[in-house]
Amino acid sequence: MPRLQTSAELEALRAKILAGRDPARPSIAVCGGAACDGLDSAAVAAALAAEIKNQGAGAKIDFRVTGCHGFCNKGPNVLVGPDDVCYFEVKPEDASEVITSALKGEVVDRLVYRDPASGEKAVHMSEVPFYKHQMRILTGDIPRIDPTRITDYIAIGGYSALAKALSQMSSDQVLQEVKKANLRGRGGGGFPAGLKWETTKNAPEKTKYVIVNGHEGESAAFMDRAMLTGNPHRVLEGLIIGGYAIGAQQGYIYTRHDSPSMAKHITAALEQARELGLLGKNILGSGFDFDVELHFDVGIFVSGESSALMRSIEGNPPEPRPKYIRTSVSGIWDKPSNLNNVETWANVPEIINRGADWYTSIGSEKSKGTKLVSLSGHVVNSGVVEVPMGTPLRTIVFDIGGGVPEGKAPKAIHFGGAMGGSIPIDLIDAPLDFDGMAKLGAPIGAGGLLLMNEDTDMVEIARYLLDFLVKESCGKCVPCREGMYQMLKILTNIIEGKGRKFDLERLADLTEVTSLGSLCALGKTSSDPLKSMLRYFKSEFEERIAAGSQTT
Amino acid sequence: MTDMVLQIDGKEVTATAGMTVLKAAQQAGISIPTLCHHEKLEDYGGCRLCMVEVESRGRTNYVVSCLYPVETGLVVRTRSEKVDKIRRVIIEELMARAPDAPELLRLAHEYGADRNRFEKEASFCILCGLCVRYCDEVKHKCAVGFIEHGHVREISFIPEIAAKECWRCQECFAICPTSYAQAAYLLTEALAFPGQRKKASAEAKRMANIPAVPVTFVKRPPASKPEMAR
Repeated sequence: MPRLQTSAELEALRAKILAGRDPARPSIAVCGGAACDGLDSAAVAAALAAEIKNQGAGAKIDFRVTGCHGFCNKGPNVLVGPDDVCYFEVKPEDASEVITSALKGEVVDRLVYRDPASGEKAVHMSEVPFYKHQMRILTGDIPRIDPTRITDYIAIGGYSALAKALSQMSSDQVLQEVKKANLRGRGGGGFPAGLKWETTKNAPEKTKYVIVNGHEGESAAFMDRAMLTGNPHRVLEGLIIGGYAIGAQQGYIYTRHDSPSMAKHITAALEQARELGLLGKNILGSGFDFDVELHFDVGIFVSGESSALMRSIEGNPPEPRPKYIRTSVSGIWDKPSNLNNVETWANVPEIINRGADWYTSIGSEKSKGTKLVSLSGHVVNSGVVEVPMGTPLRTIVFDIGGGVPEGKAPKAIHFGGAMGGSIPIDLIDAPLDFDGMAKLGAPIGAGGLLLMNEDTDMVEIARYLLDFLVKESCGKCVPCREGMYQMLKILTNIIEGKGRKFDLERLADLTEVTSLGSLCALGKTSSDPLKSMLRYFKSEFEERIAAGSQTT
Repeated sequence: MTDMVLQIDGKEVTATAGMTVLKAAQQAGISIPTLCHHEKLEDYGGCRLCMVEVESRGRTNYVVSCLYPVETGLVVRTRSEKVDKIRRVIIEELMARAPDAPELLRLAHEYGADRNRFEKEASFCILCGLCVRYCDEVKHKCAVGFIEHGHVREISFIPEIAAKECWRCQECFAICPTSYAQAAYLLTEALAFPGQRKKASAEAKRMANIPAVPVTFVKRPPASKPEMAR
């Protein structure tokens, strides 16, 4: 494909792509997301492709393998266009029936969703309860595109926000729009992205960097992976726009080394964007030069911490940097470096295209837009969920998640991954909101919602999460390395019936000093899960300690 | 350099921009305990013992003084109930590792720390990193390094380098707060290159005892980089 010289050429290319496509033509989208892949969706895709060939229907039907559709535990997922008929748990032997009926515009009845309780059918995506209650602004496009084809992304309006920013807006206007949209960082803290951008923009150094944090090392967090694997161009477009607003010349995508399809999709996206001139010198004739490099982690959790991540990009071991200076002022090679999470960047094209006023109309008072949530645990429907900020947890757990399986009662909601917190189920009407959740002791953090049923042993959950963090501590500072290790020992003792009466007092001291004294965010928040459990489920700890001291 | 006036423990202290709170306090004769700090080494911020309470723009924060830069109008409290508690718990945590280290015993006495508060798992090393950083930053040898991460992290001498370099240096032994650096070195020597240190020092002595013979000294230009000495 020739390099695009102007925004008009991008629009011409888009028109040409769309002219070659018939929106009314049947299409098959097989989910190739991590969960479906684990359920061997590749075999389903191969069977469907072979069947299309068999029936000689190549010209009559579109076929693509896409990123994650969202409904993970019902995989392999297949979506049949143009009416978005959802098939679940599809097997290779279903291929011929799926293709035949897709060509005829019919539905394979046995593959559609049935409510586990009422048996009620739901044929189309908009009727399936899991999808019905969502607002899929960021993820809705994933089933519509083959992530390895930039033409698919351009066909759905891709890079129009970049063209708009470069041709119609000054870098200050882009920044003001993001600030006005009150886009808050999705990486955990919810810090206003616009303010962070401004800090880097105003830093005196000329060389500046923008970075996508796609590390997502938390257990039970999988939505950034779904976003970046399923629609890498959306994240990339956001990054280029951010680079333009901030005045950066170089971007980095930092992500996991252990996810081959994600690496493949990002690499392809970068190559194709470069080929079209959406990366490189003089992007769309605007005079703006910008390129992006893909960088992999070294397989340790703490490399997702902002300063450790930047040290890793420099080629150093990913140890958090002990300086009281923000990375937005002095980051990679001491240059101003703006780091945002995958989801934050994915929001940017939407804000530029549809405006801050539209964006702020979604969400709660202080948290705008939608939020991706990794829904898992003792829940009927699990997967990647996108809801407006401010949505009550009840909607996510019951309407989308379908409640607890096997007729059990829910007991607690753990939110925010290994460094998040657990709240009792009676707080289920709490809205999903940065400040509200933080106040409850279960900050949005990594965005994982783990539902726990009545049989869950909270002491064991606390121990399990701590065990993960203890293994991931870098070991540099004492409160994180020794403090967490001592917490783990105390919890293990309590579980083994060797708890002692002053254990809770020791735990309180350890959690307090670890959160006040640790060097980086990992240490500072590592005791949050334990703190939340001591806040809401203290009696379970006391009972375990009392029971233990009786037996000894 | 601009001078800045800040307040440490109620005392007006003048410091230069870029200086750390720890340095400013030391200059004013106010002592703050440290374990991983060494004036010849880059600030590390690992032990967290030098944590102080700072008040800046109406907010109270707990920061490590060895890294926190001075600013005009900053109010620093080097002792408070919270600061003392943080130090006490840190000392107690470290005493599970090195229960008899004299430095820790002294600090435990000062801060009322209970050396038996946490379950002991004596490794005799508190991972302050003084030996590792001194060998790297001052001696440019890197004969000792960290291995592993988290609670299983430890220091380890690299036999190939240690066999060549350590017998005539041993400077890290003196700065180690627990004497573990020496023990770790001797263990490495006993396992990897037994007797070499004795042989080498005997050889050095023999060379020193050879009667001086007239030698013409050639003045050599100094090595430009310390690495050249290797």
